[in-house]
Amino acid sequence: MAQRAKRFTERSIKGEAKRQGLRMVLNMIDLTTLEGSDTPGKIQQLCHKARHLHDNVPDLPHVAAVCVYPNFVSLAKRELAGTDIKIASVATAFPSGQTSLELKLTEVEQAVDAGADEIDMVISRGRFLSGDFDYVFDEIAAVKQTCGTARLKVILETGELGNLDNVRHASDLAMEAGADFIKTSTGKIKPAATLPVTLVMLLAIRDYHRRTGRQVGMKPAGGISQSKLALHYLVMVQETLGPAWLDNQWFRFGASSLANDVLKQIIKQQTGYYPAADDVSRD
Amino acid sequence: MSLANSNIETNLTMKPTLDPNWPSSPALESRDSVRLAKSYGLFVNGEFTPSSGNRKYWTINPANEQRLSRISESTAGDVDRAVQAARNCYEKQWSRLRPAERGKYLYRIARLIQERSREFAILETLDGGKPIRESREIDIPLAAAHFFYYAGWADKLPYAFPNRKPQPLGVAAQVIPWNFPLLMAAWKIAPALACGNTVVLKPAETTSLTALLLAEIIQQADLPPGAVNILTGHGPVGQALVEHPGVDKVAFTGSTRVGKSIQRALAATDRRCTLELGGKAAHLLFADAPIDQAVEGVVNGIYFNQGHVCCAGSRLLVEESVSDEVIEKLKQRMGTLRVGEPLDKNTDIGAIHSRQQWNTIQQYLESGQADGATMYQPDCPLPKSGFWSRPTLFTGVSQSNRISQEEIFGPVLAVQTFRTVAEAIGKANNTRYGLSAGVWTTKGSRVLNLAAQLKAGVIWANSYNQFDPASPFGGYGESGFGREGGLHGLSAYLTY
Repeated sequence: MAQRAKRFTERSIKGEAKRQGLRMVLNMIDLTTLEGSDTPGKIQQLCHKARHLHDNVPDLPHVAAVCVYPNFVSLAKRELAGTDIKIASVATAFPSGQTSLELKLTEVEQAVDAGADEIDMVISRGRFLSGDFDYVFDEIAAVKQTCGTARLKVILETGELGNLDNVRHASDLAMEAGADFIKTSTGKIKPAATLPVTLVMLLAIRDYHRRTGRQVGMKPAGGISQSKLALHYLVMVQETLGPAWLDNQWFRFGASSLANDVLKQIIKQQTGYYPAADDVSRD
Repeated sequence: MSLANSNIETNLTMKPTLDPNWPSSPALESRDSVRLAKSYGLFVNGEFTPSSGNRKYWTINPANEQRLSRISESTAGDVDRAVQAARNCYEKQWSRLRPAERGKYLYRIARLIQERSREFAILETLDGGKPIRESREIDIPLAAAHFFYYAGWADKLPYAFPNRKPQPLGVAAQVIPWNFPLLMAAWKIAPALACGNTVVLKPAETTSLTALLLAEIIQQADLPPGAVNILTGHGPVGQALVEHPGVDKVAFTGSTRVGKSIQRALAATDRRCTLELGGKAAHLLFADAPIDQAVEGVVNGIYFNQGHVCCAGSRLLVEESVSDEVIEKLKQRMGTLRVGEPLDKNTDIGAIHSRQQWNTIQQYLESGQADGATMYQPDCPLPKSGFWSRPTLFTGVSQSNRISQEEIFGPVLAVQTFRTVAEAIGKANNTRYGLSAGVWTTKGSRVLNLAAQLKAGVIWANSYNQFDPASPFGGYGESGFGREGGLHGLSAYLTY
């Protein structure tokens, strides 16, 4: 897996291909803030950034979604009214998931009622590692049911699963239980998303699609802050799942600082000079 | 109050798209660091000298058939001269050198290869057609690693063979093939020198350039004149060299046909000989294997270096219950391989080495179809000039088909199915060759059982084409005899 993953990093992406790739990456970002210190002001700024990535560059695509804690969903909803930027809310006692199923479902319900388009849940890693797969499966299925029409992303927290076999097993389990997306990490645990881990999950998605015909999305999250690395991920999706997944309906990056790096690269391509850190807004 | 304003709303409909074959950005390696001479002489007694016959021939770039440089055709007189130079150096200098000094020279060669690795990699790709990614990441670093490894043994031979007083043999005649030109030269030269022998090496006629650059490095490393001599030319030069009475040891890597003729010529002489010949390796892929990893390994096993690999995994024996899935995934993966300009770092499969080899591959493709097997090739674009072959997969192959019996030496994989372990072993061993095999299973006990039952010199478990200087390499049956690499590789150049 590591060898195969390395090969994706050796494809060159230049000129027009790079331009297309960077715009695609931008369009796939779930602009995220998940801090204990988040305030309504911070969320407003994030939402404004989502709409105005960089007004000096015309015709930029916007990000796919903003990703916030449940208590900020209704605020984000108001801020993003009239756009098609989605609102994603983490839920189910993010990031540890250590609470009762009842409380988790209530949290999901509240987030959905407040207007969340997408729910990012965490699996119970403790239960998974102790072999209680039925519990993990039922929990995901129950959350999925509570989501209603909201799309469900299931965070496996691969950094806590220990090995790639577990990543593969958890991916299969999540998809069978109804996940619309599978996602690597909360961003709170290291290692977060890596190319080999994401490759294992993409292969699981491919096999699931082959078996059932249902398309499931993928979201690597955490640790992807450089445009170049993001482009390597796109190459991996292209060569593993094909172009049908190269759309923000089916592939997302969970990231906070990636957007600015992509912006800088796009500005570099258009103007020929590499912008200073303060040429783009830091929110 | 909302911070949003309205003039941006139009932008929100911008939906980015990618070209269907995204990303296609050629990244050609620059040829600037390589200085090609108009023509090359021979390397004898520490000097570049013209051939006494003064005959030259062109070496070409198989990716575009353009002429690169002119190479000298050695004569019988040149062979004499080179063997004599090697003999002199052996008797007067190299075998008398303190072993640690020999080690120093080898370390020096290894470091110089590393220093000039970029030059070597580009030259290897220009002359042989292999992708720059492979020459840069595999051929050249491994060649340097072999010199480093054997440099370390030079002064430790009594510890490698305790209580046995290892002694060098004398002059080694070494003839190598075109598929890994520099790497094969390293495999041959490094252990020979480490053990105190001197060398006359003949590279393949189509790939002499990196051997000649190695000669330059040997000069630069200040080896005693005659320790390494390099003679270029076609088959008759190799024949004259291995049959020369002044030679004590013959080492050959190449075709089984030539290997047999060498052994015939050496019959009833006391010259030592090792042969590393062809192969028709099988992968055994069991249902419990991690399928995606296995597919990756099989693809690398056969399409590495355009399949011009003696240990290429050219047969796939797959357990019937997973064969559909495996074949589907193989085809999908083959579709992502890029065939084309070898100097482009995106290229996965480079140029077929020569027109002759291209013809051979075409014959086998026709033979496979005529025998009733089903051929699959991805629909990838090929360059207009040069020699190219798409990665190819045959299904519905029978054990009696030529494509499952004979070495093709091209990017052609023959897939068969099996039902029981006994059947898999039977099919895998049902070949004249026995160089390598691959086993794909998560069951450790099965790996150990198969390692004992498969008749192959190298068996990889859940991996393929992994090389290391410390690990011996060589075959059974028509794949030859003798081992290169590791301690085993030393013993081929020693007497006790």
